[in-house]
Amino acid sequence: MITSTKSLPLGPGYEGVRGKKIRYRDAFNSTLRAEMELDPDVFLIGEDISGGFDKDTLEPLDAWGGPFAATKGLIQDFGPERVRDAPISEAGFIGAAIGAALTGLRPVVDVMYFDFITVAYDQLLSNAAKSRYMFAGQTKVPLTLFARSGAGTGHAAQHSESFYSMLAHIPGLKVVVPSDPYSCKGLLAASIRDDDPVFVVNDKKLINLEGFVPDQSYTIQLGKGRYLSRGDDVTLIGMSYTSVVCQEASKILLEDGINAEVIDMLSLSPFDEEIIIESVKKTNRVVIVDEDTPRASMASEFAAIISDKAFDYLDAPVKRVTAPHTPVPYNKNLEEAFMPDANDVVATVKSIVD
Amino acid sequence: MKKNKSENEKKSVSISPKKLRWLYSSMYRIRRFEETMLEQTFKGNAMGVTHPSDGQEAGPVGICAHLTDKDWIGSTHRGHGHCIAKGLETNRMMAEIMGRSTGQCHGKGGSMHIADFSKGMLGANAIVGASIPLAVGAALTSKYKNNEKKSVAVAFFGDGATSQGVLHESMNLSSIWKLPVIFACENNGYAEATPSWYAVSTDDIASRAEGYGIPGLQVDGMDVFSVYDAAEQAVKRARSGEGPTFLEIKTYRYHGHFHADDPKKYRKQEEEDYFKSKDCLISFEERVTESGLMTSEDLNEIRNEIEEEIKKATDFALTSPMPDHDELYKDVYVEYSNSLLGLR
Ligand SMILES: Cc1ncc(C[n+]2csc(CCOP(=O)(O)OP(=O)(O)O)c2C)c(N)n1
Ligand SMILES: [Mg+2]
Repeated sequence: MITSTKSLPLGPGYEGVRGKKIRYRDAFNSTLRAEMELDPDVFLIGEDISGGFDKDTLEPLDAWGGPFAATKGLIQDFGPERVRDAPISEAGFIGAAIGAALTGLRPVVDVMYFDFITVAYDQLLSNAAKSRYMFAGQTKVPLTLFARSGAGTGHAAQHSESFYSMLAHIPGLKVVVPSDPYSCKGLLAASIRDDDPVFVVNDKKLINLEGFVPDQSYTIQLGKGRYLSRGDDVTLIGMSYTSVVCQEASKILLEDGINAEVIDMLSLSPFDEEIIIESVKKTNRVVIVDEDTPRASMASEFAAIISDKAFDYLDAPVKRVTAPHTPVPYNKNLEEAFMPDANDVVATVKSIVD
Repeated sequence: MKKNKSENEKKSVSISPKKLRWLYSSMYRIRRFEETMLEQTFKGNAMGVTHPSDGQEAGPVGICAHLTDKDWIGSTHRGHGHCIAKGLETNRMMAEIMGRSTGQCHGKGGSMHIADFSKGMLGANAIVGASIPLAVGAALTSKYKNNEKKSVAVAFFGDGATSQGVLHESMNLSSIWKLPVIFACENNGYAEATPSWYAVSTDDIASRAEGYGIPGLQVDGMDVFSVYDAAEQAVKRARSGEGPTFLEIKTYRYHGHFHADDPKKYRKQEEEDYFKSKDCLISFEERVTESGLMTSEDLNEIRNEIEEEIKKATDFALTSPMPDHDELYKDVYVEYSNSLLGLR
């Protein structure tokens, strides 16, 4: 039985639980609402998270409701004190959110596109992530940030990043990457309730994805990965949208008699070393799929952990399927070539499975 | 700095017929480019998000009228008007928006990243505020090299961008270094759905400049002559080494924030009607025909030429090839040891 205090099983295991099929964006929106109802110190800051005000009445119009309507409707219920539309001042309002977190509030910040966090990277790196350590535990930073990542929508080089490793690299910051409505709900709730700064990265390609979500409140433990399918021949490691890609690839591989085991990392910092090692010890082959550029990426990090902790079990080189070491191009064909897809994964698996 | 009508009329007389023609044709070119670009976006021919600038034509045109290819401009996500005013070719712009190899950036940049360094166009920029210091840097180059042309740089940005710290740092830098830069704030009243009266702590954005020791002027951005006059002085100041000027150009975007945005959700009809009644093309037409500077036949002829040009640009874009796959790996660096393998 799932309760709001316990975390839900990571894999399928919620059969019989009451719930419904909803879109990722709706899971996100309703979880924000639920967490705001639960804790009056939780509040939102972001650009156009409601969007627009009537000049005469000063009433919020909620004309925008955040990109992809992530925060739509919240201002009606919680008002402009708790749903704070911000000017375009990322360094300022993210810094202010950190200050509020240091002094007892639990801010949730919409960074809009993932790329824009770099405007406030100093605040994130030097203040959010380091305050607790520098001040020897005198304080904590219960801050949640979220943003939309990934290529595939023609938003071009400055709106399509997936630089997970630039965040996971920072000691003191946690990073989660939900891959479906179910994990979106559980990870977002866990992030907001967590006392450390957590960055929730939502790939744009997941926003309209539908999936089963239990009605009741639940969290997914930060730092845990899950199996999406089990197999003996090869381990596929995905994160965020590449978990969907891995599942697609595993179906194609099955037609050729190759049984892939798919791991969905869900958290990138901390991340689940054990599930990776456990699986690789069984399958002896591994392909890591990451939409980030390859240099100093999560894919490289996982590969390093595998060669360190499961070297004797490997029957083939650890393979990474990633974006190339380039910015994201605008043209659709080039953008598609940029993103790792199921065919790339299948071809790579076939190069190491005989 | 707001001019009254009679002064403006006096001024327009002193603009050469050639320049008058250029002003009108540039504004009309932007208008028709944006309208056509939107049509093409809705037909699915643009490959991504587009931000039209129709309604705002007088700003970039009134300013770029004083610039040459040796001068620089920095631009924004709403950059098509800046590009056209700076003399970029509409066919290569349209091709870029359609992601074609003949595009200004070979289809790799898209609507939000059109650039033409041969024309002094430093590139449109999709990070709000990010191009402002680039214009300051271009002005620094000009001062450093001290060339005969005394190049100047114009940073275009919106009201929303004035909340970014980088604008304020840029103003201070350019002021203490007396750089030949013009801060051109296109205040269209909104940043996405957020009204500037909510996001900006002053009624008068131009007054921001004062704190940095920079003259700040408010200009009617629906009237190309007002912009032209103000920009003339700002450019003169910059070229003669007197430092930066800040122009707040009061304007309006006729469409939503991006192609699929419905502005009716957050703007009032009477506001739109007010600005449309001051439309830069109509007011220009009235002014020049009433004062006998141009005839309605002249204007008609210009419009026909431009219709033809935009039609050709669209056909050019639609029939151009897509970029080769290798384009993905090109121009990440000038040189990279292990070029192709290293990038995969
Ligand atoms: C750093 C950053 N934050 C947020 C955005 C999203 N965004 C794109 S345009 C825009 C509004 C810009 O408003 P303004 O500067 O007034 O220019 P306008 O769109 O009115 O031309 C916003 C918030 C962005 N592109 N970059
Ligand atoms: Mg604006």
